[in-house]
Amino acid sequence: MIAWQSVGHMRWGWFLLSAAVLILLPLVTDTHTPTLLLIYALFALSLGMMWGYAGLLSFGHSAYFGLGAYTYAIAVINIGESTGPLLLSMAVPAVVAAVIGAMMFYGRISDVYMGVITLVVTLILFKFMSATAGDAYAIGAARLGGFNGIPGFLTLNVPGYPELSLFGLPTYYISVAALLLCYLLCRYILARSFGRVMVGIRENEARCELLGYNVPACKTAIFTLSAAMAGLAGCLYANMAEIVTPAVFSLKQAAEVLIWVIVGGLGTLIGPILGAMVLSYVKFLLGEQTLIDNSLILGVLLIVVVLGIPSGVVPALIRVWNRYLRRKRKREAQGAARRRLGIPSQEHP
Amino acid sequence: MNSVVETHELTMRFGGVVAVNTVNFSLQERELRCLIGPNGAGKSTFFKCLTGQYRLSHENGRVLIRGTDVIGWSTHEVVRLGVGVKTQVPSVMNGLTVQENLWLSARRIHGWTGADGAVDEIAGELRLTDVLRRLAGELSHGQRQMVEIGVVLIQRPWLVLLDEPAAGMTGNEVERLIAVIRRINESASVIVVDHDMEFVRMLGSTVTVFHQGAILIEGPAVTVLDDPRVREVYIGNRAR
Repeated sequence: MIAWQSVGHMRWGWFLLSAAVLILLPLVTDTHTPTLLLIYALFALSLGMMWGYAGLLSFGHSAYFGLGAYTYAIAVINIGESTGPLLLSMAVPAVVAAVIGAMMFYGRISDVYMGVITLVVTLILFKFMSATAGDAYAIGAARLGGFNGIPGFLTLNVPGYPELSLFGLPTYYISVAALLLCYLLCRYILARSFGRVMVGIRENEARCELLGYNVPACKTAIFTLSAAMAGLAGCLYANMAEIVTPAVFSLKQAAEVLIWVIVGGLGTLIGPILGAMVLSYVKFLLGEQTLIDNSLILGVLLIVVVLGIPSGVVPALIRVWNRYLRRKRKREAQGAARRRLGIPSQEHP
Repeated sequence: MNSVVETHELTMRFGGVVAVNTVNFSLQERELRCLIGPNGAGKSTFFKCLTGQYRLSHENGRVLIRGTDVIGWSTHEVVRLGVGVKTQVPSVMNGLTVQENLWLSARRIHGWTGADGAVDEIAGELRLTDVLRRLAGELSHGQRQMVEIGVVLIQRPWLVLLDEPAAGMTGNEVERLIAVIRRINESASVIVVDHDMEFVRMLGSTVTVFHQGAILIEGPAVTVLDDPRVREVYIGNRAR
């Protein structure tokens, strides 16, 4: 089987090591901040998969994150149990993305126009949700609450047992499981034909069409999948925060995920994950000081990365590592050749 | 003989400009046809109308591929009939290796397990074996042309449309290309759009000359290329 360089491959050693670290982490630290970092990592992974591999840039991916959060809150208030709402928090963003995606991709809208449309969608949701303060804005028993959002809903529970809450440490482990499973799902997709067609679309959409692939359908499918993952991240965020406000749709939220993915590195899965975790953590640390606005520092960091390492940190590190390995192999080959020919090795002073 | 491609009164307008003007065209099974004409004659527009790259309605006329009316079809639907298309500017995936380019094309026809074998076979045939692991974007123009032809042929199409396949190729590459086109023509009908007269002469096929969006003349290469009307509208002093 031909190995595709452009889609990478599963490194089980790293995966298992990372999983072990995440599983053991609660032994040494509080889980509140790590849970949030994992949720942001999942959100960044959803965008990184779509943008880095299919070349689809959504400026307003927070729309699906927010829809996931709101869907969970509204559904759990009405249903009173979290299993259905959890599934709905993925299904609703997926359906919305499928409709918007189909309209864009079958209508041959792409590139910057796609960015504008997705951004407008999230801003419309932000404006709308901010203006739902009155009693008239309720879905069943759930009042949307305008700018104050929806507070005090049930968090995740053991399926079928609403009284057995999974708040706290279990939420951390659910977030770990969600991130690892979504990562494996992305890896699986990239290893299959669909993933390779996706990369082909990123490289040359017209050629993929000329090969007989239904490009609009493929793009709609990956957009939908990405939205479902973002919705899951939104649901976990709602559970952790125990409140959902229109801020989940805000421009700030939309911009932050883009920065995480760019800095982490496009065209990798681990890049967006690490980008989200590291930058969010830096933001938390900066939030403890009042000397400089932390958005300013993140902005400067983005400019430095874009100018210095436009491909992102992780792809740059992978390049350096590969170069080191190539040189090492070359030196070993030269050493072996010298030994074979009986030439003494050159010692540098 | 059965027609593989037929157009009836095919017309394509861009605003007030008529790029293809009521063209009635027919291509038979296993026929090799060259479309020639000066720049702006409508060859490439006609080509794109055949392959669904322009969305047409029945107001634009009719396009039949093996008797199926493909007006309004998407490009991928036309291609799935068994049509292979090579575009004017080499259209390959520059960020992927040659092997990945060929595999992606082979996958649709030969399946997950058969794709690897098909890639090796076509790479050997087109002498691409040495560059299989190189990025397509790193290759010369001529090599990329050959990769694109490989990408087209690996799907075993019964109708092959080649838009300026010899552009940017060296003399040796052109000779190899002609041999490849003749071999394709053993099992498929072929339309070649080109304005390199020497290349068309070497192919020695039936030639259709386009001028101002319409067919000016059609016939064997030896007759058509020496026709005074063709010289006047297209070749000018260069052919004398």
